[in-house]
Amino acid sequence: MTEAEPHLTVRGLQAWYGESQALRGMDFVVRRGEVVTLLGRNGAGKTSTLRSIVGILRQRTGSVVFEGRETVGLKSNAIARLGIGYCPEERGIFASLTVEENLLLPPVVAPGGMTVAEIHDLFPNLRSRGRTPGTKLSGGEQQMLAIARILRTGARLLLLDEPTEGLAPVIVKAIGEVLRVLKQRGFTIVLVEQNFRFAATVADRHYVVDGGRVVAEMTNHEIAARQDELKTMLGV
Amino acid sequence: MFTIEILGKTYNSAAVFGQLLIGLINGSFYAMLSLGVAVIFGMLRIANFAHGAQYMLGAFVAWALLNLPELFPGSGLPSIGYWPSLILAPVIVGVVGMATERIFIRRVYDLDHAYGFLLTIGLAMMVEGLLHVRFGSAGLPYGTPKEFQGTFNLGFMFLPYYRAWVIVASIIICFGTWLLIERTRLGAYLRAATENPELVQAFGIDVPRMLMLTYALGVALAGLAGVMAAPIYQVSPQMGQNLIIIVFAVVVIGGMGSILGSIVSGFLLGLIEGLTKVVYPPGSTTVIFVFMALILLARPQGLMGRT
Ligand SMILES: Nc1ncnc2c1ncn2[C@@H]1O[C@H](COP(=O)(O)OP(=O)(O)OP(=O)(O)O)[C@@H](O)[C@H]1O
Ligand SMILES: [Mg+2]
Repeated sequence: MTEAEPHLTVRGLQAWYGESQALRGMDFVVRRGEVVTLLGRNGAGKTSTLRSIVGILRQRTGSVVFEGRETVGLKSNAIARLGIGYCPEERGIFASLTVEENLLLPPVVAPGGMTVAEIHDLFPNLRSRGRTPGTKLSGGEQQMLAIARILRTGARLLLLDEPTEGLAPVIVKAIGEVLRVLKQRGFTIVLVEQNFRFAATVADRHYVVDGGRVVAEMTNHEIAARQDELKTMLGV
Repeated sequence: MFTIEILGKTYNSAAVFGQLLIGLINGSFYAMLSLGVAVIFGMLRIANFAHGAQYMLGAFVAWALLNLPELFPGSGLPSIGYWPSLILAPVIVGVVGMATERIFIRRVYDLDHAYGFLLTIGLAMMVEGLLHVRFGSAGLPYGTPKEFQGTFNLGFMFLPYYRAWVIVASIIICFGTWLLIERTRLGAYLRAATENPELVQAFGIDVPRMLMLTYALGVALAGLAGVMAAPIYQVSPQMGQNLIIIVFAVVVIGGMGSILGSIVSGFLLGLIEGLTKVVYPPGSTTVIFVFMALILLARPQGLMGRT
């Protein structure tokens, strides 16, 4: 890996849900074009990290610099318009919108996004399902749609929260393929995962999160050697 | 002239059709008003009990625009008639609605529904009370626009042009609003934000501003209905009070927040009310509420509400 410029720099990020603190000083860096995972057991703070970056979790302090701009303090709509695409853990497919409406919902925020035709090539299952209500799709298709709709917008940084959760192995494999294509196309990706075996097939680097902090960092090459340590940290 | 049999009794056809037509006209107003209430409830989760007062404001603004020279003598202001008012008054009332949302309503989004209810009903009483002080309760006249003076002879009854226009315009307005919400990109934002406002905002949409504009749209619809009502009912500070309770019954029957439900049940209940006036006149003021009770028992989510 050559040292590219940092695309996203998170420093001392703390966040709260009311009185209860979910993040206690997250520190990590994602370089342009990198695929980085946040690994960690349930309740570690992975989702909260993504929600803080996009500004859905507003009670936050510290620093999140995206493409040279500080985003802590901005509202989520302003952050999205800087070019961050977010795919939530619960997928967030809208039941009252058709598949096509779901796909076209996120506004284009920058030039250079994928066209609908390119998106259909990447997700053939979504082709010809345009008029189906979004939530009538299978779980795997909904996950594809949740990823697909942020590819159009021109966002260069994608935050994907457990895109393989609860899906059948063939679909997990298909999502792995998609992520490799997206990496080739130059997207920067922060991937939240619990399944480090899957993570190892797509990512360049990994951060292990526990108790709202980063507790370890490793490159994909190190993952095999440090498997036992990793398993302990992930509690698997 | 012929007779019609309903529930074993015979009625004069002119009476039946006459009441049905009145029902259709009332239903046009129920539909336009409950449509706005449904749009606002669907998006903001606010039961807008100020809707009747906003309807009344529409009529008052139209009346004031018509009487500018008398209201401001010596100012040289022109009298603005029905057609420009049909656009101007809803815009003015919509802007007032926008300010209302900014100053008051957005403060209660995160509170219990009761606060939204109390706030909007309080605002309505304030506006109605102030206008009552200035104008009293006697209705102010608003003439029928000259293009619509005259009647159709339908054979069994006379239908004034203006009332025919109200029915047609109301259908167009309802259908147009339905199209806007169900078939456009803007409507997709609105529907999505109803389900998950946080996520829609995280996609880059300024949801608070969209809520403000949605409230303004709903309020402008009330204002538009008010302008259309001015030549039929008199313009008075109480004209919305009588309607707002019926409108909420219509919205509940249609399914809280269902656009299509409120349109359909608006017209339907107007007709049912009209028919009741023929069959059992004393029941005509309560039939809508009886119907509401029955619907709530049989189908609590309303005719077209989602469960
Ligand atoms: N809406 C909420 N309200 C209060 N506390 C919350 C909320 N969401 C998460 N938390 C708490 O914040 C902490 C971090 O949760 P988070 O969802 O970020 O973990 P996670 O790493 O994504 O877990 P998982 O793997 O289960 O998705 C946990 O202690 C959790 O209980
Ligand atoms: Mg999570």
